[in-house]
Amino acid sequence: MTSITHDESAYVPPAEVEEPELYHPKSFVGKYIWSQDAKVIAVQYAITAIGVGLVALVLSGIMRLQLGFPHAFSFINPSNYLQFVTMHGMIMVIYLLTALFLGGFGNYLIPLMVGARDMVFPYVNMVSYWVYLFAVLLLMASFFVPGGPTGSGWTLYPPQAILPGTPGANWGIVLMLVSLAFFIIGFTMGGLNYVVTVLQARTRGMTMMRLPLTVWGIFMATILALLAFPALFVSAIMMTLDQTLGTSFFMPALVSQGQHLNYNGGSPILFQHLFWFFGHPEVYIVALPAFGIVSDLIAVHARKNIFGYRMMVWAILAIGGLSFVVWAHHMYVSGMNPYFGFFFATTTLIIAIPTALKVYNWVLTLWRGNIHLTVPMLFAIGFVFTFINGGLTGLFLGNVPVDIPLSGTMFVVAHFHMVMAVSPVLVVFGAIYHWYPKITGRMLNDTLGKFHFWVTFLGTYAIYYPMHYLGFLGVPRRYYAMGTTVFVPESAQSLNEAITIAALIVGAIQVVFLYNLIWSYFKGKPAGPNPWRATTLEWQTPHTPPKHGNFGATLPAVYRWAYDYSVPGAAEDFIPQNQPPGKKAKGLEQALDASDLGAQKLDGAGTPKPIGS
Amino acid sequence: MTYALIFLSGLMAIVMWWLVRQTVNVKPWTEQRSVEIMQGDGGLSLPSVKVGLGVFLAVATSLFALLISAYHMRMMGEDWTKLPVPRVLWLNSAVLILASVAMQRTRAAARQGQLERVKSGLIASGVLSFSFLAGQLWAWQQMDAAGYFVAANPAYAFFYLLTAVHGLHLLGGLWVWCKTTAKVLRGVEVGKVRLSVELCTVYWHYLLVVWLVLFAVLLHTHT
Ligand code: HEM
Ligand SMILES: [Cu+2]
Repeated sequence: MTSITHDESAYVPPAEVEEPELYHPKSFVGKYIWSQDAKVIAVQYAITAIGVGLVALVLSGIMRLQLGFPHAFSFINPSNYLQFVTMHGMIMVIYLLTALFLGGFGNYLIPLMVGARDMVFPYVNMVSYWVYLFAVLLLMASFFVPGGPTGSGWTLYPPQAILPGTPGANWGIVLMLVSLAFFIIGFTMGGLNYVVTVLQARTRGMTMMRLPLTVWGIFMATILALLAFPALFVSAIMMTLDQTLGTSFFMPALVSQGQHLNYNGGSPILFQHLFWFFGHPEVYIVALPAFGIVSDLIAVHARKNIFGYRMMVWAILAIGGLSFVVWAHHMYVSGMNPYFGFFFATTTLIIAIPTALKVYNWVLTLWRGNIHLTVPMLFAIGFVFTFINGGLTGLFLGNVPVDIPLSGTMFVVAHFHMVMAVSPVLVVFGAIYHWYPKITGRMLNDTLGKFHFWVTFLGTYAIYYPMHYLGFLGVPRRYYAMGTTVFVPESAQSLNEAITIAALIVGAIQVVFLYNLIWSYFKGKPAGPNPWRATTLEWQTPHTPPKHGNFGATLPAVYRWAYDYSVPGAAEDFIPQNQPPGKKAKGLEQALDASDLGAQKLDGAGTPKPIGS
Repeated sequence: MTYALIFLSGLMAIVMWWLVRQTVNVKPWTEQRSVEIMQGDGGLSLPSVKVGLGVFLAVATSLFALLISAYHMRMMGEDWTKLPVPRVLWLNSAVLILASVAMQRTRAAARQGQLERVKSGLIASGVLSFSFLAGQLWAWQQMDAAGYFVAANPAYAFFYLLTAVHGLHLLGGLWVWCKTTAKVLRGVEVGKVRLSVELCTVYWHYLLVVWLVLFAVLLHTHT
């Protein structure tokens, strides 16, 4: 192995980019509370998001109790049912998934994966978290104000959102709108960091096309969010003004409970346009990071390069661009020009093309891969199932004539839970099982993880599959109780009972996951630096968990893409991104004389020939 | 929503163009030696704060484009009246233009390293900007005194809303201006504030353009 004497690539010139001044906290408070280290901020984001997500989970359990066993629980009444629906939906979409994917995974993974010491604006990054926390507290406060939280549905449609008949029409809705505004301000601060860090702070050799797909997904999702959230911001401000100062941006002239209100001429449709101009990209804001992460999980745990990397990147770009021109498919029932509807149906179906490409590429990556059914891999495969399922019903709903009878029914609830609730959540779980060893230095318990996966995955199907049938029957969404109808048979009630039981089991089982998170933190198997034998930079740090500054004295240089798995002729079945080409030959010889395992592999692969020489 | 869409399509086109240029004809699966890596691409060869400001301006533009879209959609309502544009807005516009000019000259001075001119330029543009804000408040006052309350008509409501959002952006800029001016008054080298001055200049020009567009929008109102 000493035969390689001259290796030009072993010498790495010092970084030509000036290294940023890192902030060096001394006290515990500086290190873990007012921290400017993206990794700590990531954990703060994640814990807050998961905490508030648990509230939303409990709310969904309560709603299911009501739907499965109507009249059995006196503490649920029609108005707090609506409040639970609203808070559940809004928390899950914005305060859990958006915050967790971008604030949590974005903060943790972007600097590590692009080979940076930290985000480019660490102070702004810290403020971003505290503003987010403030937004969460405002939202939670609405449970305790007179009238309680708003019950207008997560879409907050005016005029009903601020009319006396709707629960929380005074305090609740204002707190919700103000909280959203703060969320957006906080997010913008974080989002600037994520985008600029990817653009500016990549280490030497880390070209855009060598970025792991996780970074691509988070990057594009952040761009979408930065451009789409202003629409929510505008509508939140205008509705707050309608509610507090009595302007008529959205409020038409109306008579409410026998009284003529002081509103005049406002346009509820304007609100819907603004809301969905944000609302549809929002679906991709949670989906694109999930796409990226799943691609990486599949490649690592199938020990194969991702199939069609460039196609995957372009698909992310195409989806990002297209997601701005489909918003009105949420408004088919608001009455629109048929040509308008036709246009939006067409764009909606077009966006399915890049999405389907991604699905094919995941499946082709799995095809004949050396699949390790680890817990992250199980969740990734589970995602592919639920995502295909939800995506197909989405194709139905994208067509105006199919959507019109189905919108407002449980079919829609089943569809979007499959595609944008369960699917990203499965990815969140997979990602936590995958990166927990890097974050804490310990593995999560495998048995508990598999148990968690199977119950969650099968449970999801038990909950949402039958729900499609309820939708076909015409069972409406956002209904406290059905009463008797001519079109819904008795048996629907037994189905609802079964769904509720499944939902309660799935909900309860999450305790096992939380227990695993806490138990493994203290007692888990030590993970070592790179337990999954992955190529990306976060696994090549000198310390696990990585210290502040991530990479020790010098930043890594990158020589290859993120997907050098099972390269024929290589000693190991993965080659880290920062391993210089010459080093591989060295590793090879080492393998030849040291390890028969490597030698056996080489036998099968034919003459070992270092690539790139 | 047409305005927001036009803006976004333009922006997305730029983003896509840049990203696609980064990605076509690249074969990421081939490796590179260190010599090539030394020339490898490290960002946009601009300071990160500048890129950050650019991204922020895109976000702000999205916000204003959406507000203008909303304005135009709401204008179709039958209850819309013509906005009695306060005269003082013309004066304010002139003041804001002067503030921008002063910033531009400060920037030139900072490039040439002339501390005194940087000092006077910064103070001039700051004073002008605050006068603009005071002028805007005065316009509010006039509207209010004339009985054009915010809730009375959507045209008035939009007037208050648009000027407020623009003014808050300017206040944010003035915060950076304060920090920069404080440094200059303490007598730091010009080199230390050059970047901040450049950022302020870009931001001031941006807000000037936004204001002129908003003003045009407010003037162009049908009855
Ligand atoms: C065990 C997990 C979950 C269960 C059992 C569940 C259950 C429910 C139920 C019963 C409803 C109300 C249906 C109605 O009466 O109209 C609902 C609505 C909703 N859920 Fe979930 N959900 C879960 C997870 C999630 C997640 C992870 C998300 C994240 C995207 C999500 C997003 C929503 C949204 C956006 C609504 C609509 C709210 C509205 O109509 O305003 N849910 N969910
Ligand atoms: Cu949509």
